[in-house]
Formats: sequence, C-alpha cells, structure tokens
Amino acid sequence: MRLTQGTFSFLPDLTDEQIEAQVRYCLKNDWAVNLEHTDDPHPRNTYWDMWGTPMFDLKDPAGIMYELAECRKVFGDRYIRMTAFDASHGWESVRLSFIVNRPAEEPGFALERTETAGRQQVYTTRSYAARQPEGKRYG
Amino acid sequence: MSDPKTIDLKATFEESGIKEVLDQLDRELVGLAPVKRRIREIAALLLVDKLRVEHGLGSETPTLHMSFTGNPGTGKTTVGMKMADILYRLGYIRSNHMVTVTRDDLVGQYIGHTAPKTKEALKKAMGGVLFIDEAYYLYRPENERDYGQEAIEILLQVMENRRDDLVVILAGYADRMNRFFASNPGFRSRIAHHVDFPDYTPDELRSIAELMLKEQNYRFSPEAAQAFKAYVEARMGQPHFANARSVRNALDRARLRQATRLFETTDRTLTVEDLQTIEAPEILASRVFSGGIEAERVEPSK
Repeated sequence: MRLTQGTFSFLPDLTDEQIEAQVRYCLKNDWAVNLEHTDDPHPRNTYWDMWGTPMFDLKDPAGIMYELAECRKVFGDRYIRMTAFDASHGWESVRLSFIVNRPAEEPGFALERTETAGRQQVYTTRSYAARQPEGKRYG
Repeated sequence: MSDPKTIDLKATFEESGIKEVLDQLDRELVGLAPVKRRIREIAALLLVDKLRVEHGLGSETPTLHMSFTGNPGTGKTTVGMKMADILYRLGYIRSNHMVTVTRDDLVGQYIGHTAPKTKEALKKAMGGVLFIDEAYYLYRPENERDYGQEAIEILLQVMENRRDDLVVILAGYADRMNRFFASNPGFRSRIAHHVDFPDYTPDELRSIAELMLKEQNYRFSPEAAQAFKAYVEARMGQPHFANARSVRNALDRARLRQATRLFETTDRTLTVEDLQTIEAPEILASRVFSGGIEAERVEPSK
C-alpha cells in the first residue's frame, strides 16, 4: 500500500527536478529546508529522525539536493520527507512537507478490531513493516 | 569553413550585461590596472566558451576556480564580489551571492567536527561563489594532526566534482599562497586563473581617500589634502600598512578628531560647511607623524 502524506499526497512521487523546483520555491520564501527519515510508517508517527542539522541560510537548492542524495545512500530503504520551516514571526512552524523517498516494498497496514466491554469495538491500525525491530523493517 | 553562420560576439557581449559590471569595476575601483585587464580577459574567455558551447564546439564546464593574491587592503574581496556578478551574468553560477569564509568557518576543533562545518559552508555557497580568505591557514604543516587537512580534502573533492554548483576563490598574501600551493599541488591544478593584486601607489591611495570621503559627504580642506598626501607617504613606509584599509582607518580617526574639534568650537556658530570639512590638524595629529605606527594601537588585521 502506497503511503501518502504531506503537501503533494495526491500526486505521483516527485522527480528530482520537481523536488529541486520545490526547494527553490522554499528558499525563495526564506524557509529552511530539512530532511527527516523514518522506518515506522504509522500515520500517528509525527516525529521523524532528522538527517543532519537544519539547513538555514542556504541560497541554492544544490546543497539540499546533495544532502538528499547522501541521505538516500544511507536510508534509501526508508521513508524520507522534506520539510520547509518558516522561522518568521507568527509562523515559526513547518509550511511545507512532502515525501521524497519510500521503500521499494510497502506492505501496508492491518486493521485490528478488539471487542471490549459492552460489545464496543476498538480499532487499531498496525503496520506490517513495524512488526520487525527498528532498522530491519524494509528489505 | 563550411559553416556560413556568423556569430555576433558584440551583440552577445552587450546582451550578457557584463559590460555594465566591467564599467562599474573601472569606475568604482581606483588603479588595479593589471587586475582589471585580467578580469576582462577572463570575462572574454568565458563569453567565448559560452558561445562555443552554444554552437556545439565544447561541452565541458570550464574550471572557474581562482586565486587572488595580494597584500591586505588591495581590493580582493571587492573584486571577488564583482567576479560573482560577472559569472552570474554569464550563466556560470545560478546566483551572484558570495560567501566569505576563513579557516575558523571551515575547520573544527575536535575530531568529526570539521567535515560537517566545511560541508555547511560549502552548502551555503552553492549556486554562487565561496571566497576563502587567507586560505593558506588551512594548511598547518607544523601540526600533522591539524584538522585543516580534512577541510582541504573535502574542498578539493567538491571543487572537482561539483564544478557546476560552486566557484571557489582562494585569497591571501602572494608569498604564503605560493607556499600553500607548493605543498598542496591538488589546489594549483584545480585553479584556472591566478590574479595578482598590486599595491596602490600614493596617488591612487589619495583618490581612494577622496572617493571614500565623498561617499560619506565629507571633504578635505586644501591644507588637509596636502597633509594627507604627506600622511600617505609617511604611512606607507611604516609597518602594518594595509593599503586601502589603512586609508579607511585613517579617515575614521580624522572624522573622530573633527567631531572633537567641532565640539570645542565655542566662539562661533557652526555651518553645514564645518560639518563636512576635515582640516589639516586632524590629519597632522596622527601618530604616523610622531614616532610612527608602532606607537599607535595595532590595527586589527582582517
């Protein structure tokens, strides 16, 4: 099951040229572009691991594309997303976030139904990938 | 011979807008004739290269890394910024920003600190120009465990592999740069253009002073101009002389003394004229005339 989240979730995966164009747009707006990665695809997993330090003060997408290539070399079998952080007063939060890398195989999620008191149903979404320990989930 | 297509070099030159930059260079920078000539040559070469690529006669990105050698205060940083402008207008870099770094910005203090630091500086400069001031400090042969070597290796790698993304300009004193290149042959072979910045003549330094004053809406009285001439000649013979930077510092101190004098003027009301004019005593009070620079506070060498 193809995982979708973030700004371009309804589009097919962006090509590197398209990613670069997005980065250029972010830098034009003075947002700091950062990379995050994870191998836990659960939608409630909001805190991904950061790749390196936040990249403030960059003028050109080349530096970020370089880091993306480096990150893919190490975590090519995980999800990588790009986030653009707006530091201006009043925002101080992420303005744009989209997936730039995904594992080759995404096994998807199981829906578990648990019956509790009064025949009430409790639902749990569990990722098949997350049954393995961290670092061994994909490939 | 078979290709009858003509190439309008003049039109391309006009279009690129580098004429503007070169004219600006001529206007704003006093003297430096050999540097200006060299910059023109480089600009011409790059323009022709660009045309050749357009007509399918070559495809390699030329090596654009440069080294600027010369004494302090001879305009290396200023020319570096103009160079960024020229390269940008010719389309060799994507923006005309220049990031100036020194050893401190590239070399870390402990193991594993250098590579991220150097990479961060490189990332900031990507798409533009990385200007490494006093580049020879990166290499410290007396300490074999110095982290400078690590920074040099990363730099060399990026200079070679990412020529499309980044132009590196190394700057510093001529003799130390030569020694640096001699012990790091990798750098010499990766640098296409060596530009040497000559020292200014006393006349040029005076025009620089007048230009600086004009920018700040000050001027010399005729006597002050005479005094400044003597000042420049005396100052040039003394240690720690830093060309245009010394002139700037001298003017700053003259302005300080002028302000003090104006405060002490109580016998008449001041005019706008007074606020603008620097008089001879303000120049002559300099310690350059009495005992020399050694008596003076050591100027911060940048």
